[in-house]
Amino acid sequence: MNFFAIKTSPIAASEFAREWDKLWAYLMAVSVFFTVAICGVIIFFAIRYRRRSDADRPAPTKDGKLLEILGSVIPFILVMIMFFWGAKLYFDARIPPKDAIEILVTGKQWMWKMQHPNGKREINDLHVPVGVPIKLTMTSEDVIHSFYLPDFRKKMDVLPGKYTQMWFLPEKEGRFHLFCAEYCGTEHSLMIGSLYVVSQAEYERWLSTGMTSGSVVAASSEDPVAAGQALWEVHCMAACHTGRPGAIGPNIHHAFGTMRELETGEFILMDENYVRNSMINPNDDIAKGYPAAMNSFRGTLNNNQMNQIIAYLKSVGEGAQ
Amino acid sequence: MNDNNTSPPLNYLTNGHTVKSWLLTVDHKRIGVLYLIAMTCFFLVGATAATLFRLELATHNANVLANDTYNRLFTMHGIIMVFFFLIPAVPGVLGNFLVPLMIGAKDVAFPRLNLASWYIYMLGGLFTLAAIIGGGIDTGWTFYTPYSSVYADSHVILAGTGVFITGFSSILTGLNFIVTIHKMRAPGLTWMRLPLFIWAQYSTAIINVLGTPVLAITLLLVLAERVLGFGIFDPQKGGDPVLYQHMFWFYSHPAVYIMILPGFGVVSEVLACFSRKRIYGYEFVAFSSLAIAAIGFFVWGHHMFTSSQSPYAGLIFSILTYLVGIPTAIKIFNWTATLYKGSVELSAPMLYTLGFIGLFLVGGLTGLFLATKALNVHLHDTYFVVAHFHYVMVGGMMMAWLAGLHFWWPKMFGKLYNEFWARVGAVIIFFGFNFTFFPQFIAGYMGMPRRYHVYDIEYQPFQMLSTAGAFFMGIGLIICLVTLVSSIFTGRPSGKNPWKATGLEWNYASSPPDTHNFTVPVKVDVEAYDYTDERIYQDA
Amino acid sequence: MSHAAATTDHEHKPYQQHHFESMEQQTQSTLLGIWLFMAQEILFFGGLFTAYTVYRILYPQAWAMGAGTQNVFLGMVNTIVLIGSSLSIVLAVHSARHNDKKGILKWFALTLLLGLVFFGVKAVEYGTKWEHQLVPGLNWDDHHALHTIQEHAPKGVEVTELPKGIQLYYSLYFVMTGMHALHMIIGFGLAIWIMIKAARGRFNAEYYPHVEYFGLYWHFVDIVWIFLFPLLYLV
Ligand code: HEA
Ligand code: HEA
Ligand code: HEC
Ligand code: CUA
Ligand SMILES: [Cu+2]
Repeated sequence: MNFFAIKTSPIAASEFAREWDKLWAYLMAVSVFFTVAICGVIIFFAIRYRRRSDADRPAPTKDGKLLEILGSVIPFILVMIMFFWGAKLYFDARIPPKDAIEILVTGKQWMWKMQHPNGKREINDLHVPVGVPIKLTMTSEDVIHSFYLPDFRKKMDVLPGKYTQMWFLPEKEGRFHLFCAEYCGTEHSLMIGSLYVVSQAEYERWLSTGMTSGSVVAASSEDPVAAGQALWEVHCMAACHTGRPGAIGPNIHHAFGTMRELETGEFILMDENYVRNSMINPNDDIAKGYPAAMNSFRGTLNNNQMNQIIAYLKSVGEGAQ
Repeated sequence: MNDNNTSPPLNYLTNGHTVKSWLLTVDHKRIGVLYLIAMTCFFLVGATAATLFRLELATHNANVLANDTYNRLFTMHGIIMVFFFLIPAVPGVLGNFLVPLMIGAKDVAFPRLNLASWYIYMLGGLFTLAAIIGGGIDTGWTFYTPYSSVYADSHVILAGTGVFITGFSSILTGLNFIVTIHKMRAPGLTWMRLPLFIWAQYSTAIINVLGTPVLAITLLLVLAERVLGFGIFDPQKGGDPVLYQHMFWFYSHPAVYIMILPGFGVVSEVLACFSRKRIYGYEFVAFSSLAIAAIGFFVWGHHMFTSSQSPYAGLIFSILTYLVGIPTAIKIFNWTATLYKGSVELSAPMLYTLGFIGLFLVGGLTGLFLATKALNVHLHDTYFVVAHFHYVMVGGMMMAWLAGLHFWWPKMFGKLYNEFWARVGAVIIFFGFNFTFFPQFIAGYMGMPRRYHVYDIEYQPFQMLSTAGAFFMGIGLIICLVTLVSSIFTGRPSGKNPWKATGLEWNYASSPPDTHNFTVPVKVDVEAYDYTDERIYQDA
Repeated sequence: MSHAAATTDHEHKPYQQHHFESMEQQTQSTLLGIWLFMAQEILFFGGLFTAYTVYRILYPQAWAMGAGTQNVFLGMVNTIVLIGSSLSIVLAVHSARHNDKKGILKWFALTLLLGLVFFGVKAVEYGTKWEHQLVPGLNWDDHHALHTIQEHAPKGVEVTELPKGIQLYYSLYFVMTGMHALHMIIGFGLAIWIMIKAARGRFNAEYYPHVEYFGLYWHFVDIVWIFLFPLLYLV
């Protein structure tokens, strides 16, 4: 490996990133100065004043106040510069411009779902036009994630039950990293994707063509549907959801994507969340005409397995959704 | 000392050999040794985990561990290292052993409570070990909700209970130290004559008593959510996961000062002794510990700049965070000035101490990067943070802990270790450490997120260096361990005060000390670190 | 250095532990220890009160309606019962000061009795909540909860749906009163231990620290309730 060819700093892909780098340089300067100065003085003293004989009795030195005063005033000034500079940079770049394109982002274990203004969706990839500010409105379906674009020096947590925002201005075309930066479970490190900055024309073209761009990072190497079917047969169908009249649980084999009636008379869409929640908290919504007899699978099935069951139900719930 | 004609006097180690005499002891010195044994075991478990996942990180793809295993390992590593190693290290071992000896007291104020603290610590440890044996926990040491409370399917309940229980051990130890230091000082030992180690323990104890209960109640709420289904942090029930983060960091930020302040105390003792000088600016060093403890309670939000907390709250947290840096800077400057015109001996504890200053300095300064709002947005949750906290926790506190362990080893066991090998260990650990964690700053600056099992190939050179460094460092640690342990069997007797240090523990107690401290009451008539006092050079 | 084996036969004061230099030092140390313990208790409950405050601000409606379903009368009874038990523990300390062993036992017994009354009332309250399916996670039922809230709504206020955050109110209600109850249970254990000591004649007019410190602890537990009652029942 050629060590001189190794990259040691991130790309600065925007004006903000370049401003960021200047502030970083200031902190580096302060840090290098103090590190070199203090380590230098220590090494110098350790050699200059090394113990020459066991009978050494250094004369006590008197404490002066000068060191204490300088030692607090100078760092104080230096950190106040850091504070104001850092705060200004942060606040200047906080409010997204009015003309920003708004993209909806949903984080979910373990993928990013994006939705463009015209409704086009993609998974784990994000296409944006160069030169136009992009505003992301983000939420999560399950746990906390964090949307991170290192080359733009931007990051924002994505929370369940809440919307958060983040914006950036792409200046260069190219492909950039997109990471999940908040630990979110088993496949946190696979919750990654790419930001494609393309020309405006290409973005228009991309928006209007078919809806199948992007790649889903498979939850695991095995086929989720097949794995889900096996789990379904063992855990769900065998005892309860047999599909036969008189079974303990309702027949839901081909019901994915349909509206289900609840004991309360309300209707609820049988989607991923509902099935997942039925496995985790089965008594949250009770199906009409059935006893609250389903046990929670929390602890029995892990997230991955739940996703596989969902994938299976989805695959057999033909034409739904 | 001529003890070659009669049988040696009974000291605290030889006074009673049965297991029972150890497990039911209320002698603070024996309790210190009990902590030492338990804590070393926990450290080895945590270090083994680090070794395994560092191996995995050597390359960018997964070829050693499955992702789930990886997550469980780093979580276990974090939990054990923080709650079962670093927090109890210096207070539990050196604090218990030395606080009464340094202030001329017969024991801590509540000896039975002290033993109970050790049992509580062990009980918490057993729960955590049970969680590990049962398959581990994968939430990260921060237990963020709702992942920990709803989604994780690992042993959150066991591990959470373990940490909850151990918290009470810290609280009770802190309580014991505060009372001991307030009420049981020998006549003449005024506050301004106290060794700085005592000041550091005192400041730490305050945080222990006031901070830990908040962690306890927070974990209890998470457990209530997980076991009973209460939804206090669950957004589906209207709960706020960010509130959890506030409550967690309200303890866990002060906790980082629980981890470092005792180290500051150790460093002051060692520096004074091996440069034969009084610590420069004694009062400033003493009060800066209190200042750090006090301000440290109001900066917790710097862990949450990107969490959706109010940006204005973030400003306040940011500015207060810098203010903690000032008293810390004062300490560093005063330590450096202590060497001036001293008589510096680069013994093993001193090597660790000087290493501490350099590494903690880098760790502290990179803390300033993280405290800067705009910079934090990029650096948060990347390897930059990982490097920062290993520099302060391992480069800082663990070096201080090893310095203290070497320094007081002769006092605790009455034996001198092999100085040459101890120095070799110190030097290897110092270089191995930098080798391990410096590349992580670069990986983090380049944007590599932490808690990543597989990662972009772009970061591989740094992670590879880091893994190599970790093994280098491991060798240093093993040398250090072997040197210390073997000295118990083969080391030369150290005599009462081998380093010719000041302090009651060196001058009024044999090595190892007798079971009963200060059977002849002492009266203190000198300032701390008076290296002009000829009495300390007399019998060694 | 003298040998450890050489036991120092200084005159032995009856209640002083060996590692203290004087009785005064021992008393002061214990007192400081107790106060520090109280300080940590305050922070322990402080965490709960923080969560309470945050959610109360977020969901004022849930708080108002949740409090509406509480039985203020029972809460009031319990407040009076606890204040009574505080009084009786004061009297126990008074008896101890006057070397009155019977008095200590009598007042401790009364304290325990009042504590039991408190638990009885609390059990009724918890039981009602369980019946109304108001226990989040364990048997919570939206339908039933709504019904209960409607029943308790003040006249003229029409409640058509559950206020957001209502489960949080009940979760916090159970955690806060539960933690308070746990402290009382610990208090019961301590009280019985002290009664045994008292019955064996371990205390006298000069020496009764356990009684006194138990009094402090019990007052603390009462004060927590004095805060909980208005916050959870009256808002
Ligand atoms: C021993 C433990 C310890 C200590 C002492 C510190 C000390 C400091 N820490 Fe650190 N920190 C951690 C352990 C510790 N930290 C851990 C474990 C985490 C991560 C937790 C997790 O997420 O898992 C963390 C994370 C962390 C963050 C959040 C990062 C993020 O996740 O986004 C921040 C942000 O402000 C921070 C800042 C600081 C600062 C400013 C100090 C200061 O106290 C440092 C003060 C020291 C100095 C400043 C050096 C001395 C100065 C001089 C000699 C002179 C020059 C001085 C000036 C110019 C001021 N730390
Ligand atoms: C006191 C605290 C402490 C200590 C001492 C250490 C020590 C080490 N840590 Fe740790 N670390 C943390 C606290 C600590 N760490 C915390 C709190 C986290 C965050 C966890 C989280 O995200 O939740 C973390 C996370 C963390 C990560 C990030 C993981 C990730 O985000 O994906 C890494 C990566 O390199 C790492 C590495 C190391 C290494 C190489 C050491 C080395 O210094 C260890 C040195 C030891 C050795 C090299 C082994 C020596 C060998 C022996 C003594 C014998 C062993 C016995 C057998 C093999 C049988 N640590
Ligand atoms: C012990 C028997 C039992 C088992 C095993 C079981 N269920 Fe159920 N399930 C029920 C009953 C009874 C109901 C109806 C009451 C309710 O809604 O909770 C139900 C309801 C459901 C519903 C809601 C259907 C609707 O019409 O609204 C879903 C979705 C569901 N189950 C999925 C599953 C899945 C997936 C599994 C396997 C992982 C599973 N169940 C295993 C008994 C069971
Ligand atoms: Cu999503 Cu990490
Ligand atoms: Cu912090």
